[in-house]
Amino acid sequence: MSDMMDDMEGGEGVVKKFMFVNRKAPHGTVYALEGLEVVLISAAFDQDVSMVFTDDGVYELIKGMNTKGIEVKDFSKTYRALEGYDIEKLYVEKASMDARGLSEDDLIVDVTVLDSAEMASLMAEQDVVISF
Amino acid sequence: MLHIVNKSATERNSLESCLRMATKGSAVLLIEDAVYAATQGNEAAAKIQAAMADLQLYALGPDMEARGMAGRVLDGVKLVDYGGFVDLVTEHSTCQSWL
Repeated sequence: MSDMMDDMEGGEGVVKKFMFVNRKAPHGTVYALEGLEVVLISAAFDQDVSMVFTDDGVYELIKGMNTKGIEVKDFSKTYRALEGYDIEKLYVEKASMDARGLSEDDLIVDVTVLDSAEMASLMAEQDVVISF
Repeated sequence: MLHIVNKSATERNSLESCLRMATKGSAVLLIEDAVYAATQGNEAAAKIQAAMADLQLYALGPDMEARGMAGRVLDGVKLVDYGGFVDLVTEHSTCQSWL
């Protein structure tokens, strides 16, 4: 395992900037849950990880979900565990929240709210971008 | 006619197509990601409100709750449970699912 990790980091402990872009609402499709699981896996590789929530992806972070009635797992609380995995860079696009009548107070975790230009430059400076 | 929409209005055009084709007196049931359209502040909310002049609007309660949206439902949109979903299907002679 440690050999494999060395290989993945180029053997020299190279740290790359990884961005995970989340654009889908939870529950309706499996993208949101799968994206979260991949981010948790990525934490094992000590990379510089950012998570971005735009478009319907902002719905992933809404407080007060109760999935009992639709009999699926409520994974929204897992976003609160990200901090424990040193994934602390969470970004939300302001225009996406505005289009859905949402504000930071509606979200289950602390995030940094960016305007679209700020989000664009953050994306532009990444080494790897992975979309869900 | 009962129209059923399950896609988010901020991602797909299913709701828009549905509202364009639904005739006066028809019912529209929003389920899964489509329920977001019937919440306060969503950019599709105005279309829902305008549509309610001619159409009966319903949304599936368990889907609202699962998405943390139960406290934001637009006035005039009736929440139904799974039993209510079945009732709507039986009350209408035809159903159109806007997949």
